[in-house]
Amino acid sequence: MKLFKGQGTRDLGKPWRFEEDGMTVTRGCAWSPPGCHPVGCGIKTYVNGAGELVKIEGDENHPITGGRLCVRCLTMRDYVYNPDRILYPMKRAREDRGKNKWQRITWDEALDLLAEKVAYFKENYGAESILMQGGTGREGGPMLPAYAQAAIGTPNASQPLSGYSCYIPRVAGTTYVLGAAYPEMDYAGGLHGRYDDPAFEVPELLVFWGKYPLPTNGDGMFGHSAVDMMRRGSKLMVIDPRVNWGSARADYFLRLRPGTDAALALGMLDIIIKEDLYDHDFVENWTWGFEQLSERAAEYPPERVAEICGVDADLIVEAARAYANAKPASIAWGLAIDMKNNAVQAGHAIICLEAICGNIDVPGGQLVGDVNDGLELGFGWNELGKELQGKILGLERYPAFVTFILNAHPDTVLDVLETGEPYKIRMVGFEDCNGLAGTDCAQPERWEKAWASTEFNFGVDVFMTPTIMAVCDLFLPLSTTVEHDSVVYTHYGASPVMAGAINKCITVGEGKGDSEILYEIGKRCCPGNFEQFPTYYDWLSWNRLGNKRAFEDLREEVVHQKVETLSYRKYETGKLRPNGEPGFNTPTTRVELWSNVYDHFGEDPLPYYEEPKMSPVSTPELMEQYPFVLTTGARTYCYFHSEGKQIPYLREMNPDPLLEMNPADALKCGVSDGQWVRVSNPYGSCVLKAKVTQAVYEGLVHAQHGFWYPEAEGEAPTLFETYRSNVNILMPHHEVGKLGMGAPYKCLICAVEPIAENYDTDMKVIWERYGNPAPRNS
Amino acid sequence: MNGLLIDYEYCTNCQSCEVACKEEHKIPVGQWGIRVLTDGPWECSDGKFNLYYIPFPTRLCDLCAERTAKGKQPSCVHHCLAGCMQYGSIEDLAKELAEKPNQVLFVPEPYSY
Repeated sequence: MKLFKGQGTRDLGKPWRFEEDGMTVTRGCAWSPPGCHPVGCGIKTYVNGAGELVKIEGDENHPITGGRLCVRCLTMRDYVYNPDRILYPMKRAREDRGKNKWQRITWDEALDLLAEKVAYFKENYGAESILMQGGTGREGGPMLPAYAQAAIGTPNASQPLSGYSCYIPRVAGTTYVLGAAYPEMDYAGGLHGRYDDPAFEVPELLVFWGKYPLPTNGDGMFGHSAVDMMRRGSKLMVIDPRVNWGSARADYFLRLRPGTDAALALGMLDIIIKEDLYDHDFVENWTWGFEQLSERAAEYPPERVAEICGVDADLIVEAARAYANAKPASIAWGLAIDMKNNAVQAGHAIICLEAICGNIDVPGGQLVGDVNDGLELGFGWNELGKELQGKILGLERYPAFVTFILNAHPDTVLDVLETGEPYKIRMVGFEDCNGLAGTDCAQPERWEKAWASTEFNFGVDVFMTPTIMAVCDLFLPLSTTVEHDSVVYTHYGASPVMAGAINKCITVGEGKGDSEILYEIGKRCCPGNFEQFPTYYDWLSWNRLGNKRAFEDLREEVVHQKVETLSYRKYETGKLRPNGEPGFNTPTTRVELWSNVYDHFGEDPLPYYEEPKMSPVSTPELMEQYPFVLTTGARTYCYFHSEGKQIPYLREMNPDPLLEMNPADALKCGVSDGQWVRVSNPYGSCVLKAKVTQAVYEGLVHAQHGFWYPEAEGEAPTLFETYRSNVNILMPHHEVGKLGMGAPYKCLICAVEPIAENYDTDMKVIWERYGNPAPRNS
Repeated sequence: MNGLLIDYEYCTNCQSCEVACKEEHKIPVGQWGIRVLTDGPWECSDGKFNLYYIPFPTRLCDLCAERTAKGKQPSCVHHCLAGCMQYGSIEDLAKELAEKPNQVLFVPEPYSY
């Protein structure tokens, strides 16, 4: 079946590996590195007789991507053979942190050194003195707790992201309120017939809410599926402060002020309830606390919401009606929901909308995973024992966060690193975590100083990052997605879409994949946990495939759509609860519009709106000095957070970190298009390059995130100029929601002033250093 | 005679065409075989925004002669995330063009190296 026009067809039906023009072509699915979410796009790698990667193409056999491929995979060869890539383990003396005095060692030496340090700190200071810091998206992301708890034996693992404000506040809602895995926009990914499958219904309305899935494939959803569905008749609603491709094609574009999502959702709930547009059957049979929710929503009439959000009241009413009347309607809800202090309530309110309008787990609605799907969580936790479990950082203050995700609380981690209370952190491991590069650390210079205070640190990555250069003593090289065997599963397994084989086809140096490095460390540091896995493949099949099939079988199948477990309305059939009874996996077995769990944790059981801590409403006195609302981190096609800056074709797409500014504001501030500006607020400042555009409205500026300059000096204090354009310097530390989740990365304030300096990237330098690289083997 | 039919209503500016082309033909930075041009966003009188992207073949475009000789799609067409590009004879593409508005048909003159 031809899903869209232009698709290649020549290799349809080819086996997982075949020969062409003297080259071996291997079909497989991509995950990371290069960084991405677990989408598992279909790739074909072409390898010559010398074992060198010649090129990469999209695999037309893939049921979801069908040959399409984004720029981050298309440039795979430039990434794999990049001259800056680190291909073997290295160590450095502690006193040489920040200096380029690395010394090559073998894997055995590296792993022995790591194991020796782990044993030393455990014996002398307790395992809790060791901390794992992880990054997002990449294959190592979901393995973070297992890295700490199963492989190293410490309870402490965390992303250094304030309020863990990415995915987790939303997932807290889906766990506590919905009692099911993450409800994602259904794009028929698990169905053989895709959009034409009789089990599927093309949504009448798609909503991009605080998420622009096209460039990012956020959380594993193949973003252009939304475009496929628009071609099949789906209308679009976009809820976003910025203008993008979607908002220019949307029937409803709600250009809200950043951080006001909860108010908008409550306002829509009020209209839908008052106008009796909700799904009575679902509300009566499957929800809890509808009356209380109605009363709460009534506090948010359209006029009040219009004032809070800066969206016309009539448009809010129209949008609420459109969402309620569309059967089915599907919301892609994203990161912007999380990046706000009361993120949890915004997520809660959106789940309420999905539920009362009858869109939960219906074809073309919000697809949820069954009780056996879900994040890989819990491996090694029980083996820690009660005493160590009780020492996980943040447990006392933020139990709702810590007990559900089994991670240490990120802001608490920095406080503990800085104060040594209640105990001192002595060793830190960084896996896929370049926190100093404007990706996650709020107040990154404080984090650098805190990490530098420890006795031993190690890092796992592909390139020398500013983070590892600044504070690590051991570097473990990571292999790319074409250099190791592994498994990718959509949405971290939380949606019944597909499992894909990551098929090794080349060897470059001595890099190993995230799964294998974890396994090797675990074998050495916590052998008891890994006895059950005689080989890496046993571990892989257990961890990623639930032992339902062996990796070797998936390798040849390449993509396995989860048709066996895909069904709809699973709350009717008992597939959402461990005991097999109908209902949702919550205390009341219903979707808890009024949440017993939030009530138990001392939070308001109903969703509510809270003004951002710094805003024209809450801090009018600051607005004269800092007149702009600052939002950050909109995604691009070319970069995955801090990644891709040393790939010439990617860098060319976005050479410099941009500050989007409305033309009227630029005039007022004396800023020309393309001029460098200083962006500042009470927490600090950075420099960015102005892009004068109507993409942002007057009074709002948007800053890109994750920039560092691999072509610059790496040694401290320069650290690849990681602080030059680092907008997270303007982010407060530990300004989080009541339950510990959510922080205001996307709703800050700032001043903008033009500067005389020009920091423009010289693409000639980038091309000469990184362009068209020769193959490397060691 | 062959050409490229672009449904610019659906071009999302993913730039896969640009990069797939550069990788296929080893084109350095600062040069392109096809390039996505942008118009907007600018606000119309009705409050809606105009924002269009169009992949525009340059004088380096040879419509991937080597690939098409082997029965493959041009690299830009094969990888386009929105599937908004088609390659074929101008007769076939003209029929497609007649069926849907907001498309444009390019017939680039093959560049002789």
